[in-house]
Amino acid sequence: MIRDGSRILLEVRGLRAVVNGIEILKGIDLTVRSGEVHAIMGTNGSGKSTFAKVLAGHSAYQVTGGSVLFEGRDLFDLSPEERARAGVFLAFQYPIEIPGVANSHFLRLAYNTVQAQRGQEELDPLEFEDFVRDKMKLLEMNPDFLDRGVNEGFSGGEKKRNEILQMALLEPLLAILDETDSGLDIDALRIVTNGVNKLSTADNAIILVTHYQRMLNYIVPDFVHVMRAGRIIKTGGKELALDLETRGYDWVGAERPVTAGA
Amino acid sequence: MSAVLQSLVNQPYKHGFVTEIESDVAPKGLNEDIIKLISTKKGEPAWMLDFRLKAYHQWLKMDEPKWPNVRYPKIDFQAISYYAAPKPKKKLNSMDEVDPELLRTFEKLGVPMHERAALAGVAVDVIFDSVSVATTYKQKLAEVGIIFCSISEAVQMHPELVRQYLGTVVPVGDNYYAALNSAVFTDGTFCFIPKGVQCPMDLSTYFRINTEESGQFERTLIVAEEGASVSYLEGCTAPKFDTNQLHAAVVELVALDNADIKYSTVQNWYAGDENGLGGIYNFVTKRGLAKGANSRISWTQVETGSAITWKYPSCILQGDNSVGEFYSVAVTNNYQQADTGTKMIHIGKNTRSTIVSKGISSGHSNNSYRGLVRIAPTAAGARNYSQCDSMLIGDKCGAHTFPYIQVRNQEAKVEHEASTSKIGEDQLFYFAQRGIGSEEAVSMIINGFCKDVFQQLPMEFAVEATKLLGFKLEGSVG
Repeated sequence: MIRDGSRILLEVRGLRAVVNGIEILKGIDLTVRSGEVHAIMGTNGSGKSTFAKVLAGHSAYQVTGGSVLFEGRDLFDLSPEERARAGVFLAFQYPIEIPGVANSHFLRLAYNTVQAQRGQEELDPLEFEDFVRDKMKLLEMNPDFLDRGVNEGFSGGEKKRNEILQMALLEPLLAILDETDSGLDIDALRIVTNGVNKLSTADNAIILVTHYQRMLNYIVPDFVHVMRAGRIIKTGGKELALDLETRGYDWVGAERPVTAGA
Repeated sequence: MSAVLQSLVNQPYKHGFVTEIESDVAPKGLNEDIIKLISTKKGEPAWMLDFRLKAYHQWLKMDEPKWPNVRYPKIDFQAISYYAAPKPKKKLNSMDEVDPELLRTFEKLGVPMHERAALAGVAVDVIFDSVSVATTYKQKLAEVGIIFCSISEAVQMHPELVRQYLGTVVPVGDNYYAALNSAVFTDGTFCFIPKGVQCPMDLSTYFRINTEESGQFERTLIVAEEGASVSYLEGCTAPKFDTNQLHAAVVELVALDNADIKYSTVQNWYAGDENGLGGIYNFVTKRGLAKGANSRISWTQVETGSAITWKYPSCILQGDNSVGEFYSVAVTNNYQQADTGTKMIHIGKNTRSTIVSKGISSGHSNNSYRGLVRIAPTAAGARNYSQCDSMLIGDKCGAHTFPYIQVRNQEAKVEHEASTSKIGEDQLFYFAQRGIGSEEAVSMIINGFCKDVFQQLPMEFAVEATKLLGFKLEGSVG
């Protein structure tokens, strides 16, 4: 929800990026303030997920133009891990499995790394156990998840919950959720979106990358952006998502592209 | 490939230094006279010389194995010196009398042996260039009837035992390198656990190759009588040289009824430089005979060093209900080549074997798992479970699996699982996105991958192995 006294967290101007020599992002403009929830929608191949990965710093994508400021700093001056420690979080569409590495170990390492960066207290395994169990209740996760390998043999829904659990632990300033709704049944969707809503505050912001409107029934966006062919071609309020649901994406292209941004 | 992957693998060898000790080196080349010289130098009885000569004559008729998936220039066996021993200045009665230079070497290796032995409760029979120079805890072990000494000493002091068991698991003509070893071995370890005795501590030997161009041919024999048990640790490091060194060891284990032998190895010999120059040729024959009913032989190995590794620690499961285990992590980097695995030969009824092999390849290296599971017609109710996992770091390395399964008994149950995975940008990106740097990420991925093997290692070794993999792969990802 937009609130007074909000500040600009993310400012994207004319962002262009290529992967394997093919230009995927062709000039994106977007401004995200604290307290806001943005939804980025679009068909497959429109560049939504690429945009998410470029912000997080995936090495397969090269930025060829434009700028991104995060809290006024050039985001591209930071390595992927520095971005994470600075408060940029990406919930992955396809979280990887790390066999043999206990989830609790991985979560604690990530948590302590970010805590250290913020000059805050790191937790030993016993303290962390209590802390993480509390967070897991938010996502109605079984404590067994702590002892299993990271995402090892997790169902699609379990992986997505584990992603949001990490968001709950790391408390990012900017959380980018890449198709977090995909592969979730209706109960899991309710639990996950409920968790995200509880994590949304006046100080942070969320970018939801999604194909479908259904997640937006649970997490109500302040802005909806439609992407096509590497650009944001339309921006509106939450009602735009409902239009897309009923009319599809085709009609959007028929209108004149607009410059996105709040 | 990304730079982190590259740099993680390219860690300089940490143990590259040569200790300056006067060596008594035999002239290069191999013939009957050299074998007689070795035998004479060691004051061996006639039967021991006969054993050597028999092996030598078999070796002359054999050819080097061509089937391993490794490539190297032909070895000139006449260019190798087959005997090198530190010149004994006088007989040593305590650690204080050991050459200070030698002690400093142990310090550099991180093996302050007297302290380490005392603190960790480990008896370290130190082999330095083929001859044992110090043995600790022998007294304490002797009280319970355990013999733990160099094989040369055993030949002198316990000839009947050595003669009874030597060559019974790995016959003199078993294979090319075993035959060579049987002809020229200079020293090694003998360990005998009498009936009903549980060895009160882990027994440990640190091997170290020292003299340049001196082949190293250790011989190890471990016998556990009825109901006895022992855990033996073998750890290896070698100084850095540019010329290749041949190492052809033979290890024989014998477990009688209800006996249990656990043999753990961490091998970190010089692997050659980043261009594949130098490094040890490690051609080893290790075999255990689970001779008695309900006996158990367990091999655990962490192989990170050597330019070429050719090694198949095996179990012959002869006794009914006997158990064989093989847990292995093999890491190759740069131009290293490894062809390693195991053989599980089921002969007795209800024999069981487990194989867990983890191969990690990076750089331009090649890593092959080669394993044989043979179920003889007599092995009713035999079971085997094999799991072979390979991990690739980068895109210039190779991982290969050669499983051989021969089942001649219809009641047997044999399972084989295999997988291949890759540490790539997506994995590292996932860690990075959680604030975790690539070196820590690789270390975590690798340790997770190897967990099933590491948890088989004795505590102290597990820590060492984890660190070793860290060094070994440091800078290989990026």
